[in-house]
Amino acid sequence: MNESYHRQMDDLASRLRRGAISRREFLVRSTALLAAGAVAGIPGASRAQADAPKSGGTMRLGLHNASQNDNLDPGTWSTSWTGASFNGGVYNNLVEILPDGTAQPDLAESWEPNENASVWRIKLRSGVTFHNGKSLEPEDVRQSFLHHMGEGSTSGARAIVQQISSIEVDGTDTVVFTLADGNADFPYLLSDYHLSVFPALEGGGIDIQSASGTGAFLLDSFEPGIATRLVRNPNYHKNNKPYLDEVEFISIPDATARLNALLTGEVDFIQDVDIRNVPMIERSTDFAVQRVPGLRHFSFDMDTRVAPFDNPDVRLALKYALDRDDVIEKVFLGEGRKGNDNPVSSIMKFYHEMPQRDYSVEKAKEHLQKAGLETVSVDLHVAENAFAGAIDAAVLYQEHAARAGITINVVREAADGYWENVWLKKPFAGVDWFGRATVDWLFSTIYTSTAPWNAGWSNARFDELHALARAETDDDKRTAYYAEMQQIIHDDGNILTVAFVDWRNGVSTKLGYETVGGLMPLDNMRMCERWWRKD
Amino acid sequence: MTSRSHPILSMVTSRIGLGLLSLLIVSLVIFSAVSFLPGSYASAILGQNATPEAVAAMEQKLGLNRPWFLRYVAWLGAAATGDMGMSFAGRPVMTVVGPRLKNTILLASITAVIAVPLAITLGVLCARFRGRFIDKFLSTTTLASISLPEFLVAYIVMMVLAVKLQLFPSMAGIRNGMDFADQLYRMVLPILTLLLVILAHMVRNTRAAILSVMASPYIEMARLKGEPEGRVVLRQALPNAIGPIASVVALNLAYLISGVVVIEVVFVYPGIGQAMIDAVRNRDVPVIQACALIFATAYIGFNLIADVISIVSNPRLLHPR
Repeated sequence: MNESYHRQMDDLASRLRRGAISRREFLVRSTALLAAGAVAGIPGASRAQADAPKSGGTMRLGLHNASQNDNLDPGTWSTSWTGASFNGGVYNNLVEILPDGTAQPDLAESWEPNENASVWRIKLRSGVTFHNGKSLEPEDVRQSFLHHMGEGSTSGARAIVQQISSIEVDGTDTVVFTLADGNADFPYLLSDYHLSVFPALEGGGIDIQSASGTGAFLLDSFEPGIATRLVRNPNYHKNNKPYLDEVEFISIPDATARLNALLTGEVDFIQDVDIRNVPMIERSTDFAVQRVPGLRHFSFDMDTRVAPFDNPDVRLALKYALDRDDVIEKVFLGEGRKGNDNPVSSIMKFYHEMPQRDYSVEKAKEHLQKAGLETVSVDLHVAENAFAGAIDAAVLYQEHAARAGITINVVREAADGYWENVWLKKPFAGVDWFGRATVDWLFSTIYTSTAPWNAGWSNARFDELHALARAETDDDKRTAYYAEMQQIIHDDGNILTVAFVDWRNGVSTKLGYETVGGLMPLDNMRMCERWWRKD
Repeated sequence: MTSRSHPILSMVTSRIGLGLLSLLIVSLVIFSAVSFLPGSYASAILGQNATPEAVAAMEQKLGLNRPWFLRYVAWLGAAATGDMGMSFAGRPVMTVVGPRLKNTILLASITAVIAVPLAITLGVLCARFRGRFIDKFLSTTTLASISLPEFLVAYIVMMVLAVKLQLFPSMAGIRNGMDFADQLYRMVLPILTLLLVILAHMVRNTRAAILSVMASPYIEMARLKGEPEGRVVLRQALPNAIGPIASVVALNLAYLISGVVVIEVVFVYPGIGQAMIDAVRNRDVPVIQACALIFATAYIGFNLIADVISIVSNPRLLHPR
């Protein structure tokens, strides 16, 4: 858009401020101007992403998961709201995950593991200061981690920090982490949003209340469950960042209200657009639906200790009896990437591509025969919150499987209490998995035989490979180990992945951004410092 | 007996006593009901970080592993001394609920200040011009708006005034930093929606109350004595219809405090209804209890005021045969 356009817009704005025109008149005339600008800008529309970042302006985000219980204690953070506003705005981690999925030093300057990846020396970046003027020291890092550790810890990062057996300060700029076992993915774990670095207090502990981080923004105001407002930190340690002067997080729990807020210009960005609302956003030239491939996947999980799921051929028969294309087309309205009985997302490092498993009545029957069965009858437990569309997906699956001689009884469960009473309790049930940023983390949370959420499946070779890969620092060897593990899950595992879903956001075309990361929501929680305004 | 010297005072005292008993029962029912819900604060808040170990540690810390009635007794003991306790996230309950309550009361009072006089005036007009155009018009429109679910009214108002005409913002999210004029501007749509919802009820009841008094023989007498119709309605009928009108007004005021959650959700207004939903989702019992008590108190309080008004306006009620 050209000079004269900007001049006209500024002129209108100043007339509104002087009171020379009414708010309404301003809206009408500025919309007309914008529309003219949008038409003029059509040939260059695709250049949107290539534009260089610009400084200034305010970005307003309409998110749905704020809670009045939100607070600055990093151990309590559990939502994209707290993650993106506190961790991604006010604080930093030692390590940042870039949009392409690689781990890059943030508050750390560099790291160095020993040969079996059990001792990590982390050198801190120099010259970083907290918002209150204090310089970043190794003790700040140590206390920030100790905050999540200890016997009675209620932190969301408890499972991560349990791997750490000690943290030592070495000199003025180095922290040494000693792990109970080797873990080559340790830098990734350091990027977990709970593990933000806070200033240490004299005599131990961290200073939570002053809201003093090292992040790109200062916390200007925070009303739990309502809104959070951040203003630019002029002394940020990353070049040129942040681009925005202000970021405002606005809580809008209702999906329709979020859509209206976007369409009426109250916010510039909304998360988790309902699939039925996609056309309403896409038919306007001022907004776009942004789909970011992520880790989240919808699945039907089996307890392999219970008959008939204890028979690998029955599991394969069930895997072949699902027409994933049909489910994605009819239930998810085309919004999803086909699952392949592998919980590892294609955007993850060490993802192993295998031939797609498709619907096949013959193969399902063949595996049933191998199991010595003519037919089989199983109960599939779902609720409307097992995953979005779970009940419809189960009913379609029932139809698909019937053709292969498999009877699926769809058991509808109450949504309230589904995760307490059905998930991990019933032998065959729908699950909405958020995924984990690394393959090791994913497997050790859900698939190894000692994983806390293991649904009964165990495989000795899988466990063995898991231990080998974890302590291995050579990427080629790890790639081979993880490929074999994914093959084992694909062939023998207890998970039937229906689809991977994207982070689906509604975005004003006035916002600029580069490639958007999908390992975590909201550009890996760091959209505040990565995005900018184009106008 | 004191009832002879201060009949109204004694009525109020006994009603407050009964009110406190109701509050006790409400708190017991809510507390036990929430305890029987599946899931706990720990599993809700930890989400996909809720490994069994982490859940156990959090339940231990919050004392959630004790039986619910022990927790209730402990809560009740503190509440009796005016201490509403801490939310499970570690903030005082009054800090969590207070600002929300303030917003709810602001929205309710502005709506009430407009709605009550307007409803009574329109009701009186309908009664005075019974069967004429204004009566028919108001009866039909109020019947229509009473029949529509409130969220539909809200969306229609939003579609016309915010999306099509762009006169008002679609979101009523008021915040601490805004000045009062800006807050008011943002609150126009929810106020308008609430007006449409509660006006209808009050107008129809005012009209019905006056008309039922108008059927009394003394009204006939007043007319025979040559009182003009307007005077008959205002001076003779209205004072005797105040009791029923007061109770319908009380009901609607209580609704404005405790029943507007749908409007809050549609217009993203940070009121107390959303606070309670948030708390129920997280199983944050102390906050749920505080909200429930506020709602119950609103109902009991407004009804008590309505009863006092009816008695004062009709002393016969003080001396039931």
